[in-house]
Amino acid sequence: MMSIWNGSVSETQIKFKNRIWLYAVSIIVLFLLIVPSLVVIPMSFSASQYLEFPPKDYSTRWYENYFYSIDWLQATWTSVKVGVLTIFVATPLGIMAAYGLVNSNAKTRSILFPIMISPMMVPVILVAIGLFYFFVQFKMVNSILGLVLGHSLIAMPLVLIIVLSALSNYDMNQEKVARSLGASRLRAFFEITLPQIKFSIVSASLISFLTSFDEVIISLFVSGGDNSTITRSMFLALRDQIDPTIAAISTILIVISSVFLIFMQLLGSPKD
Amino acid sequence: MNSTQNSIQGRINEVKLNQLDRQERYTLFGLTMPYLALVFGLIIFPIGWLFYMSFIGRDETLSLDNYRRIWESKAYLRIFKTTFQISILTTLLCAVLGYPLTYFMSQLSKRWANICLIGVLIPFWTSLLVRTYAWLVLLQKKGLINTLAVDWGLWSEPIKFVHNTSGTLIGMVHIMLPFLILPLYANMRTIDKDCLKAAANLGATPTRAFWTVFFPLSLPGLFAGLLIVFVLCLGFYVTPALLGGGKVIMVAMKISDNIELYYSWGAASALGVVLLVVTMIILFVASKLVSIDQVGNRN
Amino acid sequence: MPSDGLSISIEDITKKYGDFFALKDVSLEVRSGEFLTLLGPSGSGKTTLLMVLAGFTRPDYGSVKFGTEEVILKPPHLRDIGMVFQNYALFPHMNVEQNVGYPQKLRGVSKEKIKETVNNALKTVKLDGLGHRGVAELSGGQRQRVALARAIVFQPKILLMDEPLSALDKKLREEMQIELRQLHDSLNMTTVYVTHDQKEALTMSDRIAVINDGGLMQLDTPNVIYRSPNNAFIADFIGESSLLSVRVSKKTAYLGKAKILVEHSLEKDGDFSLVVRPEKLFLIDDKSVDINSFTGTVDDSIYQGESQLLIIRLNPAFHGDQLLRMRIPNGSAALSELPLIGSKVTVGLKKSDSYLVE
Repeated sequence: MMSIWNGSVSETQIKFKNRIWLYAVSIIVLFLLIVPSLVVIPMSFSASQYLEFPPKDYSTRWYENYFYSIDWLQATWTSVKVGVLTIFVATPLGIMAAYGLVNSNAKTRSILFPIMISPMMVPVILVAIGLFYFFVQFKMVNSILGLVLGHSLIAMPLVLIIVLSALSNYDMNQEKVARSLGASRLRAFFEITLPQIKFSIVSASLISFLTSFDEVIISLFVSGGDNSTITRSMFLALRDQIDPTIAAISTILIVISSVFLIFMQLLGSPKD
Repeated sequence: MNSTQNSIQGRINEVKLNQLDRQERYTLFGLTMPYLALVFGLIIFPIGWLFYMSFIGRDETLSLDNYRRIWESKAYLRIFKTTFQISILTTLLCAVLGYPLTYFMSQLSKRWANICLIGVLIPFWTSLLVRTYAWLVLLQKKGLINTLAVDWGLWSEPIKFVHNTSGTLIGMVHIMLPFLILPLYANMRTIDKDCLKAAANLGATPTRAFWTVFFPLSLPGLFAGLLIVFVLCLGFYVTPALLGGGKVIMVAMKISDNIELYYSWGAASALGVVLLVVTMIILFVASKLVSIDQVGNRN
Repeated sequence: MPSDGLSISIEDITKKYGDFFALKDVSLEVRSGEFLTLLGPSGSGKTTLLMVLAGFTRPDYGSVKFGTEEVILKPPHLRDIGMVFQNYALFPHMNVEQNVGYPQKLRGVSKEKIKETVNNALKTVKLDGLGHRGVAELSGGQRQRVALARAIVFQPKILLMDEPLSALDKKLREEMQIELRQLHDSLNMTTVYVTHDQKEALTMSDRIAVINDGGLMQLDTPNVIYRSPNNAFIADFIGESSLLSVRVSKKTAYLGKAKILVEHSLEKDGDFSLVVRPEKLFLIDDKSVDINSFTGTVDDSIYQGESQLLIIRLNPAFHGDQLLRMRIPNGSAALSELPLIGSKVTVGLKKSDSYLVE
């Protein structure tokens, strides 16, 4: 034990004991990053209506509340619908834009790229009110179409960056070869390039979905009524009264995003 | 441009080659069109329209009314102050808490580092609302932190951690940490370990080697992370709204109120324009600093 | 056997990037069934010219004909040519068979015919039996052969190759040079080959087109290019040589003070370079007719396996301060009489081996 204590740990030859503070801080911070979210899990099983922790009694009433509530289920369904549709808007648009960008000259790229990532640069609140105003003019407020467009706007830059990164690691010469062998540009892209960046495309699709599903502010302004998203409903519930049903929903969400994350890590491992 | 005029075929071809070239360029540009159309239609134009609306006063004429009101109102000034304070504090706390963890991760073996990375990514991909709610629960008078602290004798009376600035800060730091860690980690991972070995070889103590070699090399990543966090904090809405209990008012919340409660587009747009301009200035200055930095490093 | 390969006729090809001419009025004819090499240093424009032939680079001006057909406006996938890239660019998500069969698939060939032609192609490149391997399992040399098989499986009349051997080690490269040439002969295609390695060009080609600065410098058989380069650049680039500064005045050439006999007539006055091939020099004791002699001291003597390289510093008084490179094959009788470093030597060059370039 003493030898470990006194042994050097890295190329910088810092002794273990001198670094103990680093390890302590790191572990604590890591702990504080992960654990707080987990507190909603036991909360969701609390019988009490008040936010007391640890819960005195346990019950599943909040889950029942959720699954028997038409409003909550409708909101969930809306979020899922919008999320899936966002995949089908953001991903193709992002891929096409990435391909077009990769094949343009540097000057065009330097002008287009900032424009294309602008949705990420502008504060979301402004995007939200801009969209709201726009949709009011076209009577698209509280519509699925409006939500999908708004969420795609936010998701597309992420798709773009992911696909651009995949294409930069990819040997574009292969498309040239395919074309020299008789494939048109389109065919070469679909038969040669696409299969090789499919991991990135799947990741980009998943990220599009999660971005849309998780999105709060745009949904607050743009959705409502029958087409309220689950994020909107949750936010309003949280702001107005602390309903522990939120804990049940949160637990479900944690499970879903953990599954997504693990799935994505498994996908990404060949490259990483 | 061409010296030999012999080839008639060449001249015919020249025109057609030019045509084909243009066609190809337009097609490739066309691929980016749908994306650009969406961005122009839903961001550039609406934001442009917001700019315009910010200059329309209450009496429906062009004026600087809205801006004057922002400048003169104490309430607005307090909101700006609050926003900046919280953003700066959050950013600093993220740096202090995040840098050691990121450094730690960057020195681990690939396998362990990836495990820690998952630990950072899990909260990142957990819904914002879920995380905010979790803090709401934890920080309550009867929440876990107060309960444990009283039990362990850390303090006698439950401390009010939520619906105030502390709660907002805690929540925001928790949300923003991954945004600092990720770019910093990416940067640290690329730092050549041989540099540290070289420093040691040349006589630097481990601490000295760290501060004179490693830390400067990690600055670009740190800078990027700080920038991202700060800009996000400026425009942040959800967490301050929920954890601040109405007492911590940040710019984004005021914009939202102006629209939702008062439907005063003029005021909201003006505020939004201010936020946007401040954000753009910061990003612009940062991009200049980065390029100067890179030039400096090369020398 | 009559050649199936198409002739290629290149006329006035010009390609500009801003103010920079990648290619300027390049014209040349590739004969049917010929193996022609585009030789030049990096940035000379040789690869650009190949890409123009393939259709990937659209020139600003000019004409390219395959046989009698104008192809310059045709997109790459309609030109029906075979092409081998420098890094092979095999498709990693397909195995060897699928890679080689891809062009056939594109042409709508039936499954059985694909199998047949793929097997033939693999046999031709000596890779039979490896059809089911994945690309990652192949060695560099094997990948190169797969790329080749893929390029010839549909029996194109023209084959383009962009420095295909540059990634291989020396021994493998030299073996492949011979194999590629044999392949070309047996398949009756017209081949255009790009390389910066002059030895490779000399080994493999029917004719060499030396390209530099976007222009064609010389188009001749290897023999002629080696013996009679058109200018100093080619003389320096092809083969190893020393270029000695020579003045021509009143139809006589002078290296410093010594008169130099050259095998061609001297029309112009001015400054020229005398091309001296190191292997053409020999040690002499005294002067004789029709032989140019140079005196100097041995600066360095370097063992290079098959030959000894002598660096000789010419006598400044007679020839001006210049260096001469001389090669003596190891194993010849002269070895025992190798001059030592520092010793004075006189070397001779036959008049028939002496010529000037600009």
